[in-house]
Amino acid sequence: MVWLKRNRFSVGSIVAILLASYVFFAVNENIATSMFKGAWFFAVPLVLGALTGVMGERSGVVNIGIEGQMLVAAFAAFFSAAASGSLVVGVFVGMLSGIAMGAFLALTTVKGLMDQIIAGVVINIVATGLTSFFYRPGKVLSANMPQWEIPVLSKIPLIGDVFFQTGPIALFALVSVPVVHFALFRTRWGLRTRAIGEYPSAADTAGIDVIRMRLVNVTIGGVFAGAAGAFLSMEATSGFERGMTAGRGFLALAILIFGGWRPLRVFAAALFFGFANALASQLQGVINIPQQFITLLPYLLTLVVLAVAAGRVRAPGAVGQPFVKGEGS
Amino acid sequence: MADPRDEPSGGTEQQGVVATDAAPPPIVPERGAPPPPTGLLGLLVREQSVVVPVVAVIAALAIGAVLIRAQGVSPLYAYQSLFSYSLGTADGLQATFEKMVPLILCGLAVVVPLRVGLFNIGAQGQLMFGAIAAAAAAHALREAPGFLIAVIAMVAGILGGAMWASIAGALKATRGVHEVISTIMLNAIAAGIIDYLVNGPLKDPSSSYPASYPAPDPAKLTPIGFIPIGLPIALVLAILVAWMLRRTTLGFQFETIGRNRHAASYAGIKLGGMIVLAMAIAGGLAGLAGSIEYLEIDPYRYQDGIAGSLGFDGITIALLARSSPLGTIPAALLVGALRAGSSTLMFNTGIQPEIVDMLLAITLLLVSLPIIAKLIFGRYAAKSSALASSWGS
Repeated sequence: MVWLKRNRFSVGSIVAILLASYVFFAVNENIATSMFKGAWFFAVPLVLGALTGVMGERSGVVNIGIEGQMLVAAFAAFFSAAASGSLVVGVFVGMLSGIAMGAFLALTTVKGLMDQIIAGVVINIVATGLTSFFYRPGKVLSANMPQWEIPVLSKIPLIGDVFFQTGPIALFALVSVPVVHFALFRTRWGLRTRAIGEYPSAADTAGIDVIRMRLVNVTIGGVFAGAAGAFLSMEATSGFERGMTAGRGFLALAILIFGGWRPLRVFAAALFFGFANALASQLQGVINIPQQFITLLPYLLTLVVLAVAAGRVRAPGAVGQPFVKGEGS
Repeated sequence: MADPRDEPSGGTEQQGVVATDAAPPPIVPERGAPPPPTGLLGLLVREQSVVVPVVAVIAALAIGAVLIRAQGVSPLYAYQSLFSYSLGTADGLQATFEKMVPLILCGLAVVVPLRVGLFNIGAQGQLMFGAIAAAAAAHALREAPGFLIAVIAMVAGILGGAMWASIAGALKATRGVHEVISTIMLNAIAAGIIDYLVNGPLKDPSSSYPASYPAPDPAKLTPIGFIPIGLPIALVLAILVAWMLRRTTLGFQFETIGRNRHAASYAGIKLGGMIVLAMAIAGGLAGLAGSIEYLEIDPYRYQDGIAGSLGFDGITIALLARSSPLGTIPAALLVGALRAGSSTLMFNTGIQPEIVDMLLAITLLLVSLPIIAKLIFGRYAAKSSALASSWGS
């Protein structure tokens, strides 16, 4: 009950979205299902990217480079899968490259004390340069990603279709959210992570190795951005395009803020984004809006949401500040 | 937010004074700052902000040479064909200079907000907005005398870019929305709006693909010899910005906010207004770059890809110049020469022009890693990365 009370915002909004969805589902089964599938498809990379952000920012490291991490992972995943002929290798390499990019961010900012924002922007530019230089058109995947049907759960109307008849990476995203949320708020690791993100010198006094923990968290966090990249190039589509992330890493950052740095709320926020996007593309046929305005809707929504949310949520106290042992903060 | 790395040195000095209260004034050794060496080494240490970028560029070219070698081309020949055209021929120089103009302006558009502690990564959208504003103004005034059209188109570009950038500034000042996210979103929104405009109201019906009306002939900026008109404009603006930042009250206020916004606020500087103003100046510079692109570069219309990656090159240039306004000039020369020479490189060796993005990415990486300065100068390395950005506040 305490848990429900504490998470009333996320639980409430998820229940509200669900109720609205079922009303809609009752009215028109086919459109509803395809719309929600579209919404969840749009939300998957955002959820994953935002989880990378959660891992970094809860430990006190801003990650502006999620976009670049995703792009490199999308590239690495697709081309390693195409070269090896194995989808498993592709997903694995994608996640590994996300971790490698996370390690780079961690080393430069936590160890090298480089400005975190600049490090992130550098990651983005380097990712664009790397992937466009090494990009070769004309490669194809040997097979499509499998579509898994989870027994029992996939039989639930609507929800089963949307969440439990999907590819492995979408499922990974779905599972990761509660896992990270639980880890962050219910385990010793989570308490320590939040401590080094809020007040690192206090955590340091309590005997926590701030530097090491930040290094590990930011590095491991890359796995989600890596999965997001693999999702984009292998599951959502099967192909890599230059600059295919198209700002999703930044949308993920906005969702992270909108979701108050809490994984469950982030999940709700991403669904909201996905839903707004799906709704807009449905409305396109009904109302006569130029197609360009539909495509820019998520970006406009991000700005509005940030402007509204910015004053209401509180960032981890030490986010963006490098920690130097013995120099306080 | 103050740079937390600056505080400790002040703290230790105070402690030193307290601890040696009765003793004769001690020689307080400054932490990590041994006496500067003299002679040539001393000169190099003092001029770190020049040495580090130069070393970074050389190292990036060396790494690039390995990549070129891996494609089975002689690196020497590749670099020769890259630079001999762009720096060695009149045509090539003109192309280089034409590329330099928006690069300098976009570099300045990043440098100015950096002084206030804002990281403007929206020069791309601001440039695009400036270009479309210039195109709209030039089309509306197409009957006017050429000179007037050109001037008004440039003013429209400046205003368009400034307006677009001030949205990010206002969001930052009033709602605390981080400028990195808002400017990226504004880039995407600008692209969408402009895509609509060049497919709808501003589309030239005689063009087979989406493009704006072309600039009226008399308004086109034709180069004098191989010097494009935009070049002197960009150079003068670089000098003006340097002067503004170093010698005027406004520049001092920017600097104060960038170093410590609490102190600035205590000193009576209006933070919000200054943030919007810094972004507006940046947007104006990028917007001017857009209008010059429109008036100066064939096909003299707004069409897809007019902005290329100029806005993001601006970030590279600003960091390469170590956020010095005058430093953007040599940095833009380098980037411009690389971009201008890339098609010759492609023609001669078959290496894709994207090698330039790669080289610039490596340069950016090397120049922004503090480790590089440490490797070269060891304990003499300058400590600060010169920039402090703010997140969450």
